Amino acid sequence: MGIPLDLLLEAVLFGILLGGFYAAVSMGLSVSFGLLDVPNVAHPAIMVFGSYCTYFVVGRFGLDPIVAGLALTPLFFLLGMAVYRFYYETFERRGGREAGVRGIAFFFGVALVIEVGLILAFGVDQRMVDAPYIGKSVELFDDIRIPTRTMMAFGVAVVLTIALTLYMSKTFTGRAIKAVAQDEPALRLMGANPVRIKQWAFGIATATSVLAGAMLIVVGPVEPGMDREYIGRTFAVVVLAGLGSMTGTVAAGLVLGISESIVLIHPDLGASWAPAVSFILLLVILGVRPQGLFGR
Amino acid sequence: MNFTRRKVLGAVGAGAVAAALPRRKAFAQQGPIKIGMSMPQTGSLGAGGKAELVAIRMWVDDVNQKGGLLGRKVELIAYDDQTNPALTPGIYTKLLDVDKVDLLFAPYGTVPTAPIMPLVKQRGLLLMGNFSFQVNHTVKHDMWFNNLPAADAQSWFTGFFEQGQKAGAKSIAFLAADQEFAQNLANGAKGLADKAGMKSVYSQNYPPTTSDFSSLIRAVRAARPEMVFVCSYPNDSVAIVRAVNEIGVGPSVKLFGGGMVGLQFTPVMESLGSMLNGIVNYNSYVPGVKYPGIDEFFKRYQPKAAEEKVDPLGFYLPPFGYAMGQMLEQAVNGTKSIDQKKLAQYLHSNTMQTIVGPISFNKDGEWAQSRMLMIQFRGIADKNLEQWRQPGKQVVLYPSQYKTGEVVMPFDKARGK
Amino acid sequence: MKFWVGAAVVAAGFVAMAALVNYEYFFFAGYTVLMFVVLATAWNILGGYAGYVNFGTPAFFGVGAYSAAVLYKATAAPLVVQIALAAAMAGLLGFGAGLLTLRLRGIFFAIATIAVTVIMQTVFINWRYAGGATGLQLLRPEPIAPFESYIKMLFIVMGVAAIGSVALARYIERSWIGRGLRAIRDSEEAAEASGVPTLKLKLFACTLSGALMGVAGAPMPMYLSFIEPASTFNLNYAIGALASPMIGGTAHWLGPVIGAVLLSTLQQIVTVTVSSELNVLIVGVLLVLFVVLAPDGVVGLFRKFVKNR
Repeated sequence: MGIPLDLLLEAVLFGILLGGFYAAVSMGLSVSFGLLDVPNVAHPAIMVFGSYCTYFVVGRFGLDPIVAGLALTPLFFLLGMAVYRFYYETFERRGGREAGVRGIAFFFGVALVIEVGLILAFGVDQRMVDAPYIGKSVELFDDIRIPTRTMMAFGVAVVLTIALTLYMSKTFTGRAIKAVAQDEPALRLMGANPVRIKQWAFGIATATSVLAGAMLIVVGPVEPGMDREYIGRTFAVVVLAGLGSMTGTVAAGLVLGISESIVLIHPDLGASWAPAVSFILLLVILGVRPQGLFGR
Repeated sequence: MNFTRRKVLGAVGAGAVAAALPRRKAFAQQGPIKIGMSMPQTGSLGAGGKAELVAIRMWVDDVNQKGGLLGRKVELIAYDDQTNPALTPGIYTKLLDVDKVDLLFAPYGTVPTAPIMPLVKQRGLLLMGNFSFQVNHTVKHDMWFNNLPAADAQSWFTGFFEQGQKAGAKSIAFLAADQEFAQNLANGAKGLADKAGMKSVYSQNYPPTTSDFSSLIRAVRAARPEMVFVCSYPNDSVAIVRAVNEIGVGPSVKLFGGGMVGLQFTPVMESLGSMLNGIVNYNSYVPGVKYPGIDEFFKRYQPKAAEEKVDPLGFYLPPFGYAMGQMLEQAVNGTKSIDQKKLAQYLHSNTMQTIVGPISFNKDGEWAQSRMLMIQFRGIADKNLEQWRQPGKQVVLYPSQYKTGEVVMPFDKARGK
Repeated sequence: MKFWVGAAVVAAGFVAMAALVNYEYFFFAGYTVLMFVVLATAWNILGGYAGYVNFGTPAFFGVGAYSAAVLYKATAAPLVVQIALAAAMAGLLGFGAGLLTLRLRGIFFAIATIAVTVIMQTVFINWRYAGGATGLQLLRPEPIAPFESYIKMLFIVMGVAAIGSVALARYIERSWIGRGLRAIRDSEEAAEASGVPTLKLKLFACTLSGALMGVAGAPMPMYLSFIEPASTFNLNYAIGALASPMIGGTAHWLGPVIGAVLLSTLQQIVTVTVSSELNVLIVGVLLVLFVVLAPDGVVGLFRKFVKNR
């Protein structure tokens, strides 16, 4: 292969951290699309919107970006509930032949509106935040240095995964959400209202995207058009994971992060192939095993 | 009958366009002299374009205060091209055919400009270029005058390689964005490295969507180069500077930087702060360089910029936008005409006096004498907008007539580590 | 018959414009509008009739544009040959995408087309002969008689492509192919069970849709005398191709035409008047409004209006 072993190991290490970040930004989509079957192509746009809200709160109140992201989650929870209610009333309930196509088009339009709204409100300049852990690194043994900001992102991804997994398996609502994904009519027979459960779950998904947005602006600068890059990446992670699997999402994020990181340093492949590698992987998975690597 | 609707719609569209055109009272009997341009105000070059437009409008106001050109009022018509080259041919034919503009400025940047070159050549029009890079290469239009302080990639980076040679650097690593402009510059830089007899120990083009540069910087460090040449776009520049601070490029590196776009923009400089220390990078203007009239320009630009929420200091592009206007003004006054051929002849054979110094053009329509600065960031503190107005924070290393200090090497020492 | 008379009138209209109008701007703007008519019509064959959402318009458009540019660089072949090659290459890519529909439905197919776009863009970024990331400047040849300017020629070429693709779409819509595609959209299982050759039809629709998008892209290098990956594989083409049929109406061949003319004319006007972000905002707002309030687009609204009168 032509890569010295120590360099390769470090690339894998960076890839793991990057993969954790990719998992964190895909977690919300894993719930909204993976479990609820809502073709939420506006997910990355909502996330970038979350980044800008974080930026605003950090600038106004001087909070730490992650704290700011956490503080914003209730607002985004409500926003998500409203979005789902609207989507349900206009598309899901009416059903019909073209509901799917129009649902995708609807979220696509929403993404465009958010993007332009951000340009109008904040301008086209890139925005970033300051925090004590940005631009610093932790030195491990043997001159291996790890950037703290990606460690933070990785940490948040782990916490988020554990929290969501526990929530889905231990609480009543969580189990109901999983039930909705698997067998909606059965749930209805049990006397639960699937629409309200889905609305609740979509709220959770949206609340995690503001946290993901905070991660995004911690890891690097953001600009309004950034959602376009992440449509492909986040859907790739969720599909690779197998729909709705939280641990699968982390694993898929890691696959993406590590492969990108290795291609970036690979002398023969060339870094410019990095985006193609993850998407070729996605196409292969889609073609061979559409239920994803860890699908049900 | 269904299809006639299409034509009607088209006609209605054209009518609406015509109705929306600005109509103002004329200065003199012949009506105003109209100058047309498209300017990226959104998209990847939008931030720079907006700031420059403020400066160009300042020039228009100044000229009109002096009584206009040839006694006629000057009017600027500028449209947003969204940094999208597919839009500029349409916009410029609109400017010429419908708005009937007399003179043209080019949009900021190479990609939006490239598609209008055949148009201006075919119609024999003068075009004032605006920070485009070698866009006249294949078209070879002799009425093209590009306002960019470097004629080609080699003269852009002469300063960087001169410093490296003085320090006896023998090896170099290249890191360049896989993007039109960065690739052109990197190719020029590679030519210079060859000439200087430096060995390329690492060369990588990275995709502009890369979200984390840790592994790339680590790979650069592993190659143990004595110089690192980076050609990056604003988002990547920020990410690379951060990654360099986190991962480090190793003690072997004497010089780091070169062609990082974005480190000239105030919001970027301000938020990176002390992380910039030690980096050697190009710039078009920094405080401390004495050009006649430029201090007065910034005194008026900066309050306006704050009002319009664009680059609050505006060292990089705005003075050049203003200078582009000044050159046209001098040519019109010098020839007493707005005849495109006469103006082109005048611009070819005279030296223009501007707020960014004297400018003369070579036969390709590029600056005859390159004046791209190579600067080193030094003693930068975090979160301090005022510091950037002082000379000495960006020490000029090249060219020699504007030099304000000596380079500090190696890179780690210059960073104060 | 009425359609062909209409088409002939429109074609004659294009020629008359080329002969009579002297504003070149008209042809630059007109070219863009016609290009989006082709893209929207092509998109609708797969998206509207068969219900497969394609986000990958830039991939097909870009492959068409690059095929033309590379062929021109290598052999200086005339425009017609460039377009033919572009149609073939983009059609081939469409066939490949069609194979994906074997396993993928709905949003999964849409995601796969995003992946195809990214992969194609990366391929052309890395292909040095085609200019790589720096792009390729091309010197336009002289226009072929009787055209006195190249842009008028391109305008007529795109006009022919637009009429041709609309005629194709109309033919498909009214033939057994269209009925089959609609059956697939309503329920693929049911269609399969009732003997519709679903795979063949899907492959056909994907190939044709891709080839037409390639045709729309082929003259672009000559239009700009320049080609570069970032703007060629721009998401804006996907937005325009998807939004136009949604706004015009997906069920009727006229829908994408109305949508594309409406949308790109509006965008042209906004570009040269208020000139701001509004350009993208218009698309987004119209798209949301139409899918929510008028699911059958302008055509649907018009039909409702006629029925109620």
